[in-house]
Amino acid sequence: MDLEFISSHIPMYVEAAGLTVRIAIYGIIGALIVGLICSLIKELKLPVLKEIVQIYIELSRNTPLLIQLFFLYFGLPKLGIVLSSKACATAGLIFLGGSYMAEGFRTGIDSVPQIQRESAYSLGLTREQTFFRIILPQAVATSVPVFCANMIFLIKETSVFSAVALADLMYVTKDLIGLYYNTDEALLMLVIAYLIILLPISLVTSWLERRVRYAGFGN
Amino acid sequence: MQDLGIEVLFKGNNFIRLLAGLWVSVRLALIAMVFSILLGFLLGMIMTSKNRIVRLICRIYLEIVRIMPQLVLLFLVYFGAAKHLGINISGEIAGVIVFTFWGTAEMGDLVRSALIAVPKHQYESAYSLGLNKTQVYLQIILPQTIRRLLPSAVNLLTRMIKTTSLVVLIGVVEVVKVGKQIIDASRYQNPNAALSIYGVIFLLYFAVCFPISKLSAALEKKLQS
Repeated sequence: MDLEFISSHIPMYVEAAGLTVRIAIYGIIGALIVGLICSLIKELKLPVLKEIVQIYIELSRNTPLLIQLFFLYFGLPKLGIVLSSKACATAGLIFLGGSYMAEGFRTGIDSVPQIQRESAYSLGLTREQTFFRIILPQAVATSVPVFCANMIFLIKETSVFSAVALADLMYVTKDLIGLYYNTDEALLMLVIAYLIILLPISLVTSWLERRVRYAGFGN
Repeated sequence: MQDLGIEVLFKGNNFIRLLAGLWVSVRLALIAMVFSILLGFLLGMIMTSKNRIVRLICRIYLEIVRIMPQLVLLFLVYFGAAKHLGINISGEIAGVIVFTFWGTAEMGDLVRSALIAVPKHQYESAYSLGLNKTQVYLQIILPQTIRRLLPSAVNLLTRMIKTTSLVVLIGVVEVVKVGKQIIDASRYQNPNAALSIYGVIFLLYFAVCFPISKLSAALEKKLQS
C-alpha cells in the first residue's frame, strides 16, 4: 500500500464522488417526478397517454441502463440530438428510475382501499383532488421502503457512467490503474468512496423500514 | 428522410453476429444463475440458522452485496486477481464469479424469506413423524418454498441478464462490443449506423427480458389465486 499515492489522489476521488452524487440526486428527483406523472396518468386512466406510459415502463424496466446510455450517447447524435455526458447520464438515470418509481407509487396506490376513493368521490371531490389529497399521501407512506430501495439501486447504477465518458469513480479508478499500475490503492479508494456514499443511505433505509408508520385510516 | 443506417444490419452476417454477441452475455447470465440458485438455497438455509455468529456473517455478506455496485465487484475481481494471484482471468470468468457472488446473496435472501414463510407446524409435524433433518428439508420444506420462490427467482434472472451487460466494460466481446465493431467497420459507408445498431441492441435486450418478466408476473398471479 502506497499511502502517499492514496493521499495525493484523494482529491480526484472526492471530485468524482461529488459528480456521481450530484447526478444521482438529479436522477432520483427526476425519476420521482416522472414516476408521479406516470402513476397520475394511470390513476386518471387518460386514453393514449396511459398506453404510452405502459410501453415506457416495460421498455425501461426490461433493458439495462448501460444499453440505454449507449443509445442516448452514441445513437441520438445521428438524429441531431447531441447530449453532453452529464446530460446523457442524468437523462438515462431518469429514464431508468422513472419506471421503478412509477411501480413504487403503484404498489402504494394499490394498497389504499377502494373505499377511500369512493368516500372521497361521494363527498364531491374531483378525481384530481382525490388523487392528490386522499390517495397519494397514504400511498407514499406505504411506498417509502420501495423508494429507498430504488434510491440505493439508482445510486449503484451510476457506476456505469464511465461508459459515456463521464469522469466518475470507475473512470478515475480505471485511469489510475492504467497510468500508474497502483491497482490496490485505486481499488481500495474506489470501494471506500462507494462505502461512504452508500453505507449511510443503506443504514438510514433499514432504520426507516423498521419504523415507517403506515398512514391509513384506522391505524 | 435522413439515412438511419438500418441497412448495415443486413449487410453480411451482421445481425447474426449481434445475436451471437447477445448469446455471450445471456449464457453468462444463465451460468451464473445456475450457480446462484444452488448456492442460494444453501445460503438461505444457513441464514435461518439459530447461531448468531453465522447470522452475522451472512448479514455482512448481504450488506456488502447490497451496497457495492456490481461493476465495482467486477473491477475488484478482474484487476485484483490479475495483480495478486498473478493469473490473468478472462472477463467471462470474472463475470461468472462476480454475478454468482451477487446472485447467491439475492437468491439466499429470497430462499430465507420463503423458508420463514413456511408455517412452523410443518417442521414440527414432520419431525414428530420421525423424519430426520435432511428428509424434512428435502421432502417437506423445499417443495413448499420452490412454489413461493418461482416468481422472484424468474425475476432475478431478468436482473441477471440486464446486469451481465456490464461485462463489456471489462473487455468481454459481447453484443455491445460486436455492435461497436460493426459501427466502426461501416463508418464511411454508413456514418449513421450507431443509431440503428444501438437501437437494435436495446430492442434485443427488451425482446429477451420482456417475456421473462411477463412470465414472472404471471407466476406471481397464479400463486396468489
